[in-house]
Amino acid sequence: MGILEKSKIIISGILVGLLGVLLVRFGNPANMGVCVACFVRDISGGLGFHRAEVVQYLRPEVSGFIIGAFIISMFSGEFRARGGSSPLLRFLIGMAVMIGALVFLGCPLRMVLRLAAGDFNAVIGLLGFIFGIFVGVQFLKRGFSLGRSQRIHNGNGIAIPGLALVLLILVIVAPAFIFFSASGPGFARAPFLISLGAGVLIGVLVQRSRLCQIGCFRDMMLIGDSHLLYGSLAIFAAALVGNLVLGYFNPGFVDQPVAHTAGLWNFIGLAVVGLGATLLGGCPIRQTILAGEGDTDAGMTFLGLLFGAAVAHNFGLAASPAGVSQAGQAGVLLSAVFLLVVGFAFTVPQISFVRKGGVTLDR
Amino acid sequence: MTANVNLDVRGLSCPEPVIRTKNALGTGQPALPLTVVADSFVAAENIRRLVTGMGFSCQTREDNSEFVITIDKEV
Repeated sequence: MGILEKSKIIISGILVGLLGVLLVRFGNPANMGVCVACFVRDISGGLGFHRAEVVQYLRPEVSGFIIGAFIISMFSGEFRARGGSSPLLRFLIGMAVMIGALVFLGCPLRMVLRLAAGDFNAVIGLLGFIFGIFVGVQFLKRGFSLGRSQRIHNGNGIAIPGLALVLLILVIVAPAFIFFSASGPGFARAPFLISLGAGVLIGVLVQRSRLCQIGCFRDMMLIGDSHLLYGSLAIFAAALVGNLVLGYFNPGFVDQPVAHTAGLWNFIGLAVVGLGATLLGGCPIRQTILAGEGDTDAGMTFLGLLFGAAVAHNFGLAASPAGVSQAGQAGVLLSAVFLLVVGFAFTVPQISFVRKGGVTLDR
Repeated sequence: MTANVNLDVRGLSCPEPVIRTKNALGTGQPALPLTVVADSFVAAENIRRLVTGMGFSCQTREDNSEFVITIDKEV
């Protein structure tokens, strides 16, 4: 690995880790400076797709991730509209990933930030996450693929950045049909410009450095490549230092902010995220960044995350500090089954049904 | 396997381009030079990192927004 490449991902990781802590300092919920799952869930609530009153806010960070990735990829020549790699399934996998993340209470990035704040529940989550990735890697080793994407008209690639812009306009204009939490995590928010600025910066950093929380373990398991692992370790180290300096470090299992102690479900929740994200080819923030640089398949994943958040809260699947409801337990297990079915279905030779002559097998 | 095998990894999600390149290079005596065609910066970067890590030399040529990576023995 080139020293330049290595320093790029380490510096990016450090900056993302520090921003994750600073956003808490400026008002975001504790241990939730950055979280794609929580923030997309808040956006889903802000649009009124679910009515959990404590988690409704059109988080500008998420729009920032997308717009930052969009702008920098335009400059670097990387922006290109592409699509057609099982978009509908990616939408559904995005849903499953969101259900898993909301049972744990955080995306893999928040898992790292929770670890760096001393939340031991996230250690259990991390073990589940690694297990889920391990399962996904077994499919990948056997030829799992959601198929090739094609180059498509660039207008397609602007759709998700356009949506990000619309969300920003809505949060600024604040029309009556947009919801803003008056209490709870959705009420804890950094000032608008700081949220947006940090989001754009993180979007740029992740786009340039390719930071990915599943890639770090996946690539170690598959090819022994530690490149992305350095990035994740840098996020952890920087956030740990930041938490220690600002006095946010509080080691233990109980009374952790926006977390619960149901270890089994923390494990299963992030196992679902690990498996789903491995099948998708990237963790939720990485998918969000790809959606900003013209990847419409990742755009479908993003919409799946948004829809999954609405489903999770509408049907009471999402966890709370009190733990995981029976509905949530059922939902996350169903998500796991769904992902395993997809894993097998896209690994074995494809069955094609023909009108005459029965069934043929092809690759 | 003959020399100049074109491995097409265009449009594949992470980490499939890397897996397919690794499989093509195999553990035995791969037919070199191997030419891989990718269509994203990330795939091209990852393939370059993989093959240089495995001790091969590689050259990348950008051609009409696609990347043609030629992998050969270490010189």
